[in-house]
Amino acid sequence: MVPLNYYLILSGILFAIGTSGVFLRRNLITVMLSIEIMLNAVNLTFVAVGRYLGTVDGQIITFFVMTVAAAEAAVGLALVIALFRHRETLSPDAFTALKW
Amino acid sequence: MEVIAFYIFALLAIVTSLLVVGQRNPMHSVMLLIASFGALAGLYVLLDAPFTAVTQIIIYAGAIMVLFLFVVMLLNLPREEPAPPAIAGRARPAGLKIAAVLSLLLAAELVWALSRIGLGWFAQDPAAASVSSVTRIGSRLFAQDGYAFAFEATSILILVAMIGAVVLARKEH
Repeated sequence: MVPLNYYLILSGILFAIGTSGVFLRRNLITVMLSIEIMLNAVNLTFVAVGRYLGTVDGQIITFFVMTVAAAEAAVGLALVIALFRHRETLSPDAFTALKW
Repeated sequence: MEVIAFYIFALLAIVTSLLVVGQRNPMHSVMLLIASFGALAGLYVLLDAPFTAVTQIIIYAGAIMVLFLFVVMLLNLPREEPAPPAIAGRARPAGLKIAAVLSLLLAAELVWALSRIGLGWFAQDPAAASVSSVTRIGSRLFAQDGYAFAFEATSILILVAMIGAVVLARKEH
């Protein structure tokens, strides 16, 4: 049997990997993938703690996180396409102007 | 047995996530992230949450990642381009070193804090394990003190996201 702490530590490691991806990558799509890794790490925490407390609330919140992730991916990717049309690049360093 | 399965899935999740961040080709990153989601679905099964595991595969690996694949193929970017020379000098390598150190620090802090608290063992009795039941999830979701409002608000959120995505990605005339 695996204790709760192992799941929480795994979740922490995955969250840190996602954070490093947001910091290190210079490609908007990979940055969004790193955000998905972070969301999944948090989902794992919700499900593990829900199982620990014997309620289904953790799983329900996980569904809401998944829905918000889907909405975020749809709008974010639409923004990525719009930005790419203007600048022909996906490097976040290229988008420093509020208006052009 | 369960411990072995946990270590296999955990290792798979960590290695694939590291490779997602390490890849230069976004296409490979998306594929590896699907593998990472599969490992997490296995962990959900170990946590007696098969319904969440199935939605993880269907929604995340099936729907969201297909959206990412569409965009990667649409933009046709085989690899990350090098930074423009004007930016390259000041953003690298000092900024990258700080970012790597900060992420390592975050991981170390989380692991340190979580290993100092006492071990929490999961309840073994059948009543607690029955959290897996889909019936219980449904009745909790729509209970009097449940999540009915959040559920309905989510439908509006998805509508807004859909309209927003269509408007943003539309070609300008």
